[in-house]
Amino acid sequence: MRRLLYLLPFLLFIGVGVAFYLGFERDPRDIPSALIDKPAPVFDLPPVPGQPATGGLSSAKLAGDVTLVNVFASWCIPCKAEHPVITRLSREQGVPVYGINYKDKPEDALTWLSRNGNPYAAIGADQDGRVSIDWGVYGVPESYLIDRQGRIRFKHVGPLTPQVVEEQILPMVKHLRQG
Amino acid sequence: MIPELGHYALVLALFVALVQTVPPLVGAATRNAAWMNVAVPAAIAQMLLVLIAYGALTWAHVVSDFSVLNVVQNSHSLKPMLYKVSGVWGNHEGSMILWIVMLTVFGAAVAVFGRNLPPTLKARVLAVQGLIGIGFLLFILMTSNPFIRVIPAPLDGNDLNPLLQDPGLAFHPPFLYAGYVGFSMAFSFAVAALIEGRVDPAWARWVRPWTLAAWSTLTMGIAMGSWWAYYELGWGGWWYWDPVENASFMPWLAGTALLHSAIVVEKRDALKSWTILLSIVTFSLSLMGTFLVRSGILTSVHAFAVDPKRGIFILVLLAVATGGSLLLYSLRAPALKAGGLFAPISREGALVLNNLLLSTATATVFIGTLYPLFLDIMKLGKVSVGAPFFNATFVPVAIPVVIAMVVGPFLSWKRADLGAALTRLWVAGVAVVAAVAVTAYVQAGGGPLTALVGMALAAWAFVGSLVEFAERIRLFRVPMADSWNRAVHLPRSAWGMTIAHASIGLSILGMTGTSAWQTESITAMKPGDHTAVAGYEFRFDSVGLVDGPNFKAERGVFTVTRDGKPVATLEPERRSYSTTRMTTTESAIHTTVFSDLYVALGDPTQNGSAWIVRIYHHPLVPWIWIGGVGMMLGGLVSLTDRRFRVGAPERRRRQGKAAPLPAE
Amino acid sequence: MKRVLLATLLALSTLSPALAVQPDEMLPDPAMEARARDISQELRCLVCQNQSIDDSNAPLARDLRLLVRDRLKAGDSDDKVLAFVTDRYGDYVLLRPPFKATTLVLWLGPFAILLLGAIGTFLFLRGRRGVAAGADTAPLSADERRRLDALLRKDE
Repeated sequence: MRRLLYLLPFLLFIGVGVAFYLGFERDPRDIPSALIDKPAPVFDLPPVPGQPATGGLSSAKLAGDVTLVNVFASWCIPCKAEHPVITRLSREQGVPVYGINYKDKPEDALTWLSRNGNPYAAIGADQDGRVSIDWGVYGVPESYLIDRQGRIRFKHVGPLTPQVVEEQILPMVKHLRQG
Repeated sequence: MIPELGHYALVLALFVALVQTVPPLVGAATRNAAWMNVAVPAAIAQMLLVLIAYGALTWAHVVSDFSVLNVVQNSHSLKPMLYKVSGVWGNHEGSMILWIVMLTVFGAAVAVFGRNLPPTLKARVLAVQGLIGIGFLLFILMTSNPFIRVIPAPLDGNDLNPLLQDPGLAFHPPFLYAGYVGFSMAFSFAVAALIEGRVDPAWARWVRPWTLAAWSTLTMGIAMGSWWAYYELGWGGWWYWDPVENASFMPWLAGTALLHSAIVVEKRDALKSWTILLSIVTFSLSLMGTFLVRSGILTSVHAFAVDPKRGIFILVLLAVATGGSLLLYSLRAPALKAGGLFAPISREGALVLNNLLLSTATATVFIGTLYPLFLDIMKLGKVSVGAPFFNATFVPVAIPVVIAMVVGPFLSWKRADLGAALTRLWVAGVAVVAAVAVTAYVQAGGGPLTALVGMALAAWAFVGSLVEFAERIRLFRVPMADSWNRAVHLPRSAWGMTIAHASIGLSILGMTGTSAWQTESITAMKPGDHTAVAGYEFRFDSVGLVDGPNFKAERGVFTVTRDGKPVATLEPERRSYSTTRMTTTESAIHTTVFSDLYVALGDPTQNGSAWIVRIYHHPLVPWIWIGGVGMMLGGLVSLTDRRFRVGAPERRRRQGKAAPLPAE
Repeated sequence: MKRVLLATLLALSTLSPALAVQPDEMLPDPAMEARARDISQELRCLVCQNQSIDDSNAPLARDLRLLVRDRLKAGDSDDKVLAFVTDRYGDYVLLRPPFKATTLVLWLGPFAILLLGAIGTFLFLRGRRGVAAGADTAPLSADERRRLDALLRKDE
């Protein structure tokens, strides 16, 4: 019993050491969304000024189908990297993608869209970032998968990659459409 | 050529470290004096080799040799010379070399000054030091070699992070490392004692000075870091409970506990296995601090460039050093003989309480710092643990430490009378009542409760420590000349304790003052504007452009008056460093010892005609660092005590004079 | 890769002089502004490293500071403001983690350690006293103790 007491510091240290080792696996910046399985926030954003064709974005537009909401900005470099992935998702893989244009200058956003193409079914301009806060956005790009009932089911922080789309988003979309 | 010399010196140092480790360990086990003695020249040679490597790296920085990658990444030809020299340790690789310089200097000091150590103990201590050296030399050579060349050499370097180009921060790391590494001595002595299976008062007397030296420098290092944050980060905060700050604070707390438990071993031959454990834990926390800062495992504002390979390597080092020593501890410590007996109310009892509370404080910081990691790897979610948590949990543990700190020295060894001790502290009690009354009056009932608690605690710590000293010299009880005579002949350790304990009171005074009563004004000001803050009138006179060696600055001029009388002219700067494209604030501070007036020049407003100006009045804040310096001085004064002087323990024994232990 | 991108693009403020709160954000009512500052110190800036939104000059931190002030103006209590932000970002934004099952060890750990340590110390001292009694030492008289104290004091 007494010897066990003397062994205690060693055992505690083993625990801490293992924790440190496992700690390398984690990404301290990856913050889980507080909104998973909760209804998406109610919002109504105007279109990007000068691009009124699709008429802004509101909660109502998201209802009825499984959709992807993508938060982007022209000043965000990884957004450009994920843009082809999003375009493919919307045009070839049949997932409606809606955009929230985060704290962007309208003219920059328009230039960016005309240069890179516009895969979004509709875009809402979030000039002061307040709606994005309702979504729990903490960095761009971020993407949210919304089910038919308008609940957030999945969140991805950072640029979407073909791998994330193939392994996580498409299976989830399939599952949600069946359900 | 010279960088290669440094590189070879490091490789050679690694082999010498092996020689410092293996033969002395074998020699100590087989009582072979010749083998044991190998440790002494090896320790000295290792120090010289590491110094050569360090000199070579410094040379490369000083002459701006941009064919060396480390210089390219961290220096610039226009950087002021001071920061070329300090830039050597301003980066990961160089700081590791400084680390090992300190380690080998401590090792060589044992080799040279440890003549009176029992030969086996000395050989084992040096061998353990050599073992630590092997680990860190391997680490540097395999993952963090600062002597790598770049071909072709670029024309100029990337410059050092401008926040580090500051005198306060330039000299903060050497103190910090001296502290961290200094605790390796206690560690080596502990491991050697476990191998020997013997701990006695003489052992504690050898360990104490090293621990004192390490503790003093670490205190200074932490104080400097906090002072730097205060004036450089632009809003006068001085402690943030950031993981990296906590990483240096944990060894400090554990080291403080060790400092006190070693006294019990030295005077009363008790708490031996606990002191050994504390020695191991203190150094392990230093190592863990290095790991946390350099592995990127926790997010921190101060983290070094992060490389997981380095993280894994340090983790392995930690596992070997801490895991190995704790395993040894579990095998050998139960055999250590328990020593002197004492009643709960006694000096020993007070020191046990000190250790209990300080260990709890260390554990609190440890849990708070690492909890987000623990929770995350168990997939239980993500949390943040910040200043509000630590203020709510650490402070309640720290308060009783300070209360007990004052009473402890009044208690006699073995068995004491608490009532009598408290009676003798009546002056401190009066001081507490006075401090509370004055604070309540000044605040006129409107201030925070914490101010009352803080001021009471400060008064208790400061006055109580002085009362203890007055008692020792029998002030006002015997003629003044007698008291003076007693004071002069008091052991330096008594002086040191009084200085350090009273200084804690001063630091608490500063912490309380600035937390409770600081005034802040954040306004957009144009030249010619006035702002009144805490009874002072600040006039923004002008902004001028200034060219520095490697930066351009906007320098504001503020005239401060009080009741129409001039107080000071303050010139805060906003610097832009062209190479790193970073801006820093150089706040301007006018200090009157009782408070600081603090002005920081922020960004220009949208239209460019005005600047965001932050003006603070920080009452009593300088006392935080005056107290910090006082604590360090207390440690250093204690270090000059004659019983720690070279040879003192040995002589005592030869004269047949017993150590100051009362007969049982 | 992802971490690198995030690190470079989102957290442009690592350790920069944090001249966070700007005059144009501040509320005219000093009492309400003071409440806003206190709340801000409890909230973590998500894109920074362990800074509160009160200390950080990251754009998101500013947005959150403005949000906090808007909620206060709308009449929310301090707790409601914190709940508003936690609903969107989770417990992660709170620098003082809420007391619940997963933070039990965090909040009670320090006090548990103190308690266990105290019990351990008590048992240790009691065990030692047993030894002391066995060693047959008569308690010192007041006079003896005074003399012994004097001796000990002289000796150190």
